[in-house]
Amino acid sequence: MNRRTYRWVGVLLGVAVALGLQAQTIWDGAVYSELAKAPTKYQQMQNPLANDAEAPMAGAVLFEEHCEECHGKAAVGGRKAPTLRAAEVREARPGAIFWILSNGVVRKKMPVWSKLPEPERWQLVSYIQSLNR
Amino acid sequence: MRGMLWCGLVLLMVGMLVAPRAVGQENPYIVAYDHNLEEPGNLEVEYFSTFGTQRGGPDFHGFWSEFEYGATAWWTTEFYLDAQSTFGESTIFTGFRWENRFRPLKDEHFVNPILYIEFENDNEADKILKEVEGHDVESDYAVPNAIARKEKDREMEFKLILSRNYKGWNFTENTLAVKNLSNQPWEFGYALGTARPLALKGASHRCNFCAQHFIVGVEMYGGLGDRYSFGLHNTSHYVGPGVAWNLPSGWTFRIEPTFGLNDQSHQFLLRWGASYEFSGFGRTVESLFQGHGE
Repeated sequence: MNRRTYRWVGVLLGVAVALGLQAQTIWDGAVYSELAKAPTKYQQMQNPLANDAEAPMAGAVLFEEHCEECHGKAAVGGRKAPTLRAAEVREARPGAIFWILSNGVVRKKMPVWSKLPEPERWQLVSYIQSLNR
Repeated sequence: MRGMLWCGLVLLMVGMLVAPRAVGQENPYIVAYDHNLEEPGNLEVEYFSTFGTQRGGPDFHGFWSEFEYGATAWWTTEFYLDAQSTFGESTIFTGFRWENRFRPLKDEHFVNPILYIEFENDNEADKILKEVEGHDVESDYAVPNAIARKEKDREMEFKLILSRNYKGWNFTENTLAVKNLSNQPWEFGYALGTARPLALKGASHRCNFCAQHFIVGVEMYGGLGDRYSFGLHNTSHYVGPGVAWNLPSGWTFRIEPTFGLNDQSHQFLLRWGASYEFSGFGRTVESLFQGHGE
């Protein structure tokens, strides 16, 4: 093979590696410890949209738009962020999930989502909790 | 050097082709900044345009491209390329900027500070009006391109961004201090903004025209003089209502008609922009070298 061929092989390999990124990372349970750090005020909060039948559906749309890239399709987990179908999330208070969404975990790459209005964040909480029922 | 440039361009293209889209939730501000940083690993490619009226000279069209990258959840870095057309004169490239925004506090607070540092390397013909500082006034922009472009303008710009999201509203205040590196005094400026989506709840189906995707707002900005003559004397000020349309496909469009508030300001500016957000761009490029992530 001449140099040109090597170069093309290199480029194709690079693209293949990029496409192969979809493989999942196994996350340990420690990533969910942030949920327990939510202040009491948040732990005691109830989801104001808990009785809104449309909230999980709207949350699913929001999840697809903003969260799926990291947490994976239907929240099964991805390379950048863990699954939200874990027992830790299932047992978490709605307010704790809302608190994580509002504050992020910026040192661990979870962005702050306060730019979404509060009702949209609660719709996301409804969706995440609906996954674990 | 040329090889590195090509390599960078190829990586950018591959990354943009491979990376999936991400949906933005951008406020309509063109000048003011809020505390919402780019999501880590995402690349937002933006084009902005400003048409400006000019008394005592030809009208102009300033335009620029931005490449905004979320390096981490607390650091966003951005590279700008600036250019302008002055009607009846010429179209010229005026320089580049490199901007960084840092979030010092990890949680959301009553007011959220962001530290902003930018290096600007352009010339006096730059007309993008990305900020108004010191004694910038309309007559500065009447200098013909052939003369203005010869004067280099290297500046360090610092901002303290104080912003809050409250009940769907965003309120932001930016205080600006600029130091021209060629021994000129510190100059100051400000920007204020507020914005809100037309609907606070998301729709239960995917849609382009749902009210939640439209964010309306208004921003005001202007100069505050310099170290030796601080204040409003001989400064320009603007106010502009704007709207941003954040599409689920990853595109955002903004438009903002802007009005000068005193005789030192351009009477009218029409500002608009289009941007597209590529999700996971950094990881894609990283993986081209590593083959696997962290």
